[in-house]
Amino acid sequence: MDTPGSMTSPTAPGLAAAEKPKAIPWYKSRVEKKNLRLGILFISPWIVGFLGLTLYPLLYTFYLSFTRFGGFKDPVWIGLANYQRMFNDDNFSKAMYNTFYFTFLAVPIGVVVALMLALAMDQPLPEIPLYRTLLYLPSILPLFATAFIFMTLLDPNQGIVNDFLRTLGFDPPNWFGDARYSKIAIIGMAQFGAGQMALIYLAGLKGIPTSLYEAAEIDGAGVFNRLFKITIPLMTPVILYSLISGISGGLQVFTQSFIITNGGPNNSTNFLVFYLYRNAFAYSNQMGYAAAMGVVLFVITVLMAGLIFFTSSRWVNYDMAG
Amino acid sequence: MATIILPNEAELRQGDASRASRDRKIRFFRNQILPRIILIIMCAIFVMPFYWMVTQSLKSNEELTRYPPTWFVQDPQWENYKLATEKIPFWMFFRNTVFITAMCVIGSLISNPIIAYGFSRVQWPGRDKIFMIVLATVFMPFPAIIVAYLDVWTSLGLVPTFWPLIIPSFLGSAFFVFLLRQFMLQIPMDLSDAARMDGANEFQIFANIIMPLTKPALGVIAILSGMGAWNDFLGPLIFLLKQKLYTLAIGLTFFQSQADRDIKFNLMMAASVMVVLPVVVIFLFFQRFFVQGMTVGAVKG
Repeated sequence: MDTPGSMTSPTAPGLAAAEKPKAIPWYKSRVEKKNLRLGILFISPWIVGFLGLTLYPLLYTFYLSFTRFGGFKDPVWIGLANYQRMFNDDNFSKAMYNTFYFTFLAVPIGVVVALMLALAMDQPLPEIPLYRTLLYLPSILPLFATAFIFMTLLDPNQGIVNDFLRTLGFDPPNWFGDARYSKIAIIGMAQFGAGQMALIYLAGLKGIPTSLYEAAEIDGAGVFNRLFKITIPLMTPVILYSLISGISGGLQVFTQSFIITNGGPNNSTNFLVFYLYRNAFAYSNQMGYAAAMGVVLFVITVLMAGLIFFTSSRWVNYDMAG
Repeated sequence: MATIILPNEAELRQGDASRASRDRKIRFFRNQILPRIILIIMCAIFVMPFYWMVTQSLKSNEELTRYPPTWFVQDPQWENYKLATEKIPFWMFFRNTVFITAMCVIGSLISNPIIAYGFSRVQWPGRDKIFMIVLATVFMPFPAIIVAYLDVWTSLGLVPTFWPLIIPSFLGSAFFVFLLRQFMLQIPMDLSDAARMDGANEFQIFANIIMPLTKPALGVIAILSGMGAWNDFLGPLIFLLKQKLYTLAIGLTFFQSQADRDIKFNLMMAASVMVVLPVVVIFLFFQRFFVQGMTVGAVKG
């Protein structure tokens, strides 16, 4: 069994050496040295955690992605074979397709739903606290419990949703049992977390000065003009945050398929992390391949966050961010 | 020869009044009626999973399979709750979950203030650059490194135990550090300087002055970390490989695997109610902490 070596050096001496004090009086530099020691001492738990539980596992994941590894014997170097395998693995390309399908539908829909709820809650109604509580409630549910509930909620025979749709005269599908609808059902499920984002948006809306709306109204701007010319532009920093956290979370979708569909039917809910999990813990000797998928997930997350962040100067308005 | 009929002043005023009343009506609809319609419909949809969970949990086996399904329970079976705790070792899983959750809350309340203090109240060269690394790890996708992460804990001989789920909270979390740092930066530096003049050392200042002032933020962290631990699924799934260590999250999946095709949804929902209830109660009592914790990060970010 190999022992990871970098766990033994928790106090990263190189980290703080970056800034050399230039010609400051001796007493000041002594204070700085003392403060440096103090600062490092205070943040030392984080340094241990960062090096041991984030940086080292990340680097080790990169290494493992070039190996064949089963978890017990030492990893065997196989070069780029795991990455080459991805291109010929239909399950992997299906998992990538499913993951992007889920993320790029669930996240924008979530933004729209949350924005709608926030705009509705921005009105001075006396019973707003009640709505706020009820709308937030599903966000605190553990995902695994939500998954179990939705199994019975969307059950073709026992479920209340299909019964309701039948009374309206529809012929509802077997949501989780039909490859055409399983992802739609999981996307719909994800919208029950919109209450949390709505409260974040609401806090953003409260920060927009009413004088702006009053001025616009005097100029004769209608509801839609005010929404698209004032509200949404001023909300872009908050929307940026919700996009980054939403996409980062969406790419990690796992629990729903693990509990409800087991990746099926017909691989339609086989998501990247689900396939990664299967390779790591259900199939034997595939941990290297799973690590390669981990690298893919990491790189995509960084690229997405970077893309949103660096294009943000075009569409994010920071005038309001104080 | 066109005669221009000038409306007299009374007519003009009336026209104004009717336009104003129409405006008022539109405004009333837009500000009072429309938001209410949207919010009431959305609340009904958002409460439905809770309603259905409780309804299903009280149905008898016979009523559960009835078609079409009953929207209101005809004959509530309260003993489903007792049966659910007997079908799986519920209380053992419950104890495990409570232990892990309590330890995570304690760990988060100790580690994060200390780390945030180092990033906000002590001025040292390079501090803000290193803090950028903290921020960069907020959105780190945990599943990406899961294989290597498990390997770290296995090499330390801690799999399967509770410790891989507990120890990380004693090492701080990027999001909580960020939250507390924001909070601590708002406390005037004069307070620390005055205490320093009086001869207090940095640890006394931290423990006696700053900690008491961060209480509201600590409430947020206690709640969010507790909820994170209670609701965690992937962590227990990969680390707690023995039944006697399982948490409720893993325990609930027993209802699926036990009876092959015939899932006892009523017992599963009864167990779900018992898992979810503590979270809901805590939420209802400490709502403002949830809201604060969520909004501090985003709006000022």
